[in-house]
Amino acid sequence: MTTQAWAWLDVVPDPELPSVTITDLGIVRDIREEADALVVALTPTYSGCPATAVIEEDVTRALHAHGVTNVRIERRLAPPWTTDWITPRGRARLHEHGIVPPAANIANGPVVSTIVRCPRCNSGDTTELSHFGSTPCKALFRCEACREPFDYVKPH
Amino acid sequence: MNAQTEYALRFGDNALVLAQRCAAWVAHAPIMEEDVALANVALDLFGAAKLWLEYAGEIEGAGRDADALAFHRDSGAFHNVLLVEQPNGNFADTVVRGYLYDAWADLAWQALARSRDERIAAIAAKSAKETAYHLRRSEDWLLRLGDGTDVSHERAQHAVDELWRFTGELFWGDEVDAAMTAAAIGFDPASLRDPWFARVSTALGAATLTRPADGWMQRGGKQGVHSEALSYMLAEMQVLPRTYVGATW
Repeated sequence: MTTQAWAWLDVVPDPELPSVTITDLGIVRDIREEADALVVALTPTYSGCPATAVIEEDVTRALHAHGVTNVRIERRLAPPWTTDWITPRGRARLHEHGIVPPAANIANGPVVSTIVRCPRCNSGDTTELSHFGSTPCKALFRCEACREPFDYVKPH
Repeated sequence: MNAQTEYALRFGDNALVLAQRCAAWVAHAPIMEEDVALANVALDLFGAAKLWLEYAGEIEGAGRDADALAFHRDSGAFHNVLLVEQPNGNFADTVVRGYLYDAWADLAWQALARSRDERIAAIAAKSAKETAYHLRRSEDWLLRLGDGTDVSHERAQHAVDELWRFTGELFWGDEVDAAMTAAAIGFDPASLRDPWFARVSTALGAATLTRPADGWMQRGGKQGVHSEALSYMLAEMQVLPRTYVGATW
């Protein structure tokens, strides 16, 4: 049952980054069967991310649609989510959709000096326009070579 | 109220009050990017406030959830430090207030991440990442304003001079801090003063700003004694849920 549930959640899109799924982002931490319910442990990306509640509803709805009537959502804070939880498939999908995935392996601290490459022309000549972007997880960049503005997932 | 409940409320109220202050900039910031940045910082802080207030409500055990604590307490029952409730003023006032807080919060989360209380350690570890990002931005702005134009320098220096007297409270401990430190749940506020002072002094120097001389420090927020600025802010923040009790979206 849990293997099946992982497969069902593997296609649930993230509400704010619909080109990737919630499993691509590493938001689903654990699925386990308990006597009264199927328990899904989710972790928030950012503390105040407004998508958190929507993701909980989407997970419940997806499982209900597959006949799982008793679903319990558990919020798990530790260990905290980092962009290292984004899977290789998730990183590839983000890039395909013009959103530059974060520098990998940030476990040793925030990365501030990594070269961010343009998703359109691959130039490394890019400028950070804003530390923050259209969602809590992104910053706004511009490519100085082709002038394309693009989103960058904040290394976190 | 037991010490642990009050301890959680202090961190939650710091985040909540500063979040509301930052959110008031939305549609008023000097440039679009800063509008977005202040909204995002506010969002992170609201998220952190929710985690702390939920926990405070659980420890208290009186059935109050995060919303009840945020919207149905008067200023005298808020336990935030005075620094975060100071009015937004001009953009430099907001930047400096945020920077002085971020530099402290960054150290506070590192200390609390080692808390024996697993829930507090988890919230602190989560906040640490967000605060590190906020600090990067607020320190950037401190440099740009301090070492910018004559006007930006003058305003940044004025903000530092005006806000400095609220920084002492960050490092002042009372019996709640002592009880939490003894239980290995919390930290001794005074222990953060040296690393904070070193970082802030370096940043002020780089921004060509003068660090005010040590003098008299205002405190009281942690115990619920606030400036009138907080009451006005809460009146606006709480008016809807207090007027229409039980209203939902």
